[in-house]
Amino acid sequence: MHAYANPARFLKLARPLTPVCVGVGLLLVLLGSYVGLFLTPPDYLQGDTVRIMYIHVPAAWLGMGGWTGIAIASIVQLVWRHPLAGVAGRAIAAPGALFTAICLITGSIWGRPTWGTWWEWDGRMTSMLVLLFLYFAYMALANASDERTTVSRATAIFGIVGAINIPIINRSVVWWNSLHQGPSITLRGSSISSEILWPLLPTVIGFSLLFGGIVLMRMRANLADAKVEARMRRMAAS
Amino acid sequence: MNHWAFIIAAYGLTALGTAGVLLWSYLDMRRAEKAVTDLETRK
Repeated sequence: MHAYANPARFLKLARPLTPVCVGVGLLLVLLGSYVGLFLTPPDYLQGDTVRIMYIHVPAAWLGMGGWTGIAIASIVQLVWRHPLAGVAGRAIAAPGALFTAICLITGSIWGRPTWGTWWEWDGRMTSMLVLLFLYFAYMALANASDERTTVSRATAIFGIVGAINIPIINRSVVWWNSLHQGPSITLRGSSISSEILWPLLPTVIGFSLLFGGIVLMRMRANLADAKVEARMRRMAAS
Repeated sequence: MNHWAFIIAAYGLTALGTAGVLLWSYLDMRRAEKAVTDLETRK
């Protein structure tokens, strides 16, 4: 990990990786969406609305995965003072918030024809909405400082404390009565028919690569801005 | 109830949001990296 503590070494890896993540990610998302929309059969209970799953599930996982990434980056920043940890935390926040919002919106759109309501204040939906507000608060805290290559100590602590919400989201359908169905995909397998389930794999990998591509682009932008600021400061001082 | 209107809305909003953040991040990265190149060529 410390091998990439040097931003120059990180950029050497990030530059060729960015177009690969975006290109392959887009291809996989398009492939999975096409198969999910036009080739898989409708569900015997949900009908065609099951096709929303191919975007809703990756968005939910990436919303939660994004905050897990922020929490890990915050720990790495506070404990090891890794110079790229703050840059990574900052860069994850925007795509994390995007995919959390997509999860909430697509879930709401799916809920109307399936449950007969756009929204229900149950454990899963409420904890997911809390996650979106946590992202907004993290971005506000991170942007309160002009420093582009790190986040403040308070922001990093907020990133760690906010991670309490992740297991709550995950277990909410087990702990409380909910309109939302229980876990359909676990480490022990899935209750979804394999002919409906398989296009989820390319969309999950594809959206994850797009998420990674966005994070890399935002990290590169922050590092470049910091380099310009540092040079301008040196030029002004001399 | 026609389910396809809901499906199209869900996919359309996802495509818009993802494309928007991708484009924003790409343009921001290009602007920042161009500023570094300009500064390096100026000295």
